[in-house]
Amino acid sequence: MATRNTWRTWRAGVFLAALTPLVVWGWQVANNAAGPEPGRYLLLNIGTGALWMLLLTLSLTPLTRLTRWKGFTLIRRQLGLWTLAYATLHMLSYALFILGLDWAMLGSELVKRPYIIVGMLALIGLAALGATSNRWSMRRLGKRWKTLHRLAYPILGLVLLHFLWVVRADLGEWVMYAAIAALVMATRLPPVARTLPRIRYRLAGT
Amino acid sequence: MLIKIARPGDLHESDVTPESIYLSRRRFMGGMAGLGAGLALAGQANASADYADVPDGDAPGWLQEKIDATRWQAVTPSDPEKDKLAPYDDASGYNNFYEFGSGKSDPSRHAGSLETQPWSVVVDGEVNNGGRIGLEDLARPSQFEERIYRLRCVEAWSMVIPWLGIPLAEVIKRAEPTSKARYVRFETLVDPEQMPGQRSSFSLIDWPYVEGLRLDEAMHPLTLLALGMYGRELPNQNGAPLRLVVPWKYGFKSIKSIVRISLVAEQPVNSWQQIAPDEYGFYANVNPQVDHPRWSQATERRLPNSLFSPNTIDTQMFNGYADDVAELYAGLDLRVNY
Repeated sequence: MATRNTWRTWRAGVFLAALTPLVVWGWQVANNAAGPEPGRYLLLNIGTGALWMLLLTLSLTPLTRLTRWKGFTLIRRQLGLWTLAYATLHMLSYALFILGLDWAMLGSELVKRPYIIVGMLALIGLAALGATSNRWSMRRLGKRWKTLHRLAYPILGLVLLHFLWVVRADLGEWVMYAAIAALVMATRLPPVARTLPRIRYRLAGT
Repeated sequence: MLIKIARPGDLHESDVTPESIYLSRRRFMGGMAGLGAGLALAGQANASADYADVPDGDAPGWLQEKIDATRWQAVTPSDPEKDKLAPYDDASGYNNFYEFGSGKSDPSRHAGSLETQPWSVVVDGEVNNGGRIGLEDLARPSQFEERIYRLRCVEAWSMVIPWLGIPLAEVIKRAEPTSKARYVRFETLVDPEQMPGQRSSFSLIDWPYVEGLRLDEAMHPLTLLALGMYGRELPNQNGAPLRLVVPWKYGFKSIKSIVRISLVAEQPVNSWQQIAPDEYGFYANVNPQVDHPRWSQATERRLPNSLFSPNTIDTQMFNGYADDVAELYAGLDLRVNY
């Protein structure tokens, strides 16, 4: 049986792993290894990172059903908060490095560009989930907490739409993420969700 | 809508503005800026020294001879302080060349193996003197010129790049267009074996990549067929061995790795117009007043930039070449013909 210390190490390991990409990209920018437009490099990488975090967070529940391993549940809140952190940094990169903190421009872009509106909505949704990710909110909201946190599903849809609307010449990368998202969501359909524990028994039996 | 179309008798754009006068006007303006003709002469003497940091090319003998005989700094920015050359590593490492992938560093990663020798171009359509012509024969009759142009990408960034090449007008004149020729259509190489982007099942581009110009745009003295940059031959990722450079239009008009130049009667449908006609038109003139539906074109980020200074500058009408090209579009509604 895993001890409390093992879980603490596991969580710390996940924390470091989630932090690592940011450190690497920051190091590349500091060492002129991020190309002639480092701001855009950060913007795109952090944005993709946010999508990864969201997909990882949403894969924890099906993974738990499949394996019953407690470790997945223990990092769910952490990965959810990492998703919010990446998404926030993505938006800040846009405001800082692309718009150069031109607030008037930000205002007009927010109104005019559908992909930015959709991205902003996703970020607001993530912020609401982040703000209610503590024990106190869980207790206060009771049953409604679960309903509220199912907002993660439409947020995933918004994020994919945001991504789709910035594609210019090749859909390949987007299709890959959309396929992973579809898989993660499919595991939540009741018939599939019921099958997952059965797969676990079968795996254990062999 | 009235479009001024040159009749074959009017073809000789250089009769109107002889290139020597046009170019000497540029030098004169350089002199006005307080730099004087001395700069041009100094440039002539130090052409290779200017590019000391640029890795040596590997041009075939005939191309190196043409490069050595280049008229250096034939066209330079009127304000060299504002329009500083992008470092070679940036100009050759940050590219849109979807044949080699959709990331900015994909072309420099994947284009190295493209076979550019031998290379030939089919010149066909409404011409009396067409056919398949070897690159060497296409380029040999013209003197190479170095033209330092601003390159404004439709994605709202820009770089200043020193091209080496020949006026497209000279190539077109040698092809002897017929009276039916109204437009020029260009095609990029299709070779999925060498071009991984063309192997993608999810590409929105229907290969080959196609671009087009009105004949008078193609004949304009600023329109260049480039074979080199930074004092050497083109790196593959920049469109080797032959590419178009139309400095007053968004970068995607400047088609790369050209294998076919056709003089045609009808306006060609260029690749981006095919993908998203509401976002990309045939003209694609740089125009700060007409936004791309997904982003503003009022400003641009001059590259290289750094994190906390995006180096945002105002985009100029026709990318700053309005004095030279605005007359081509007299009477044309540029909001409709974006």
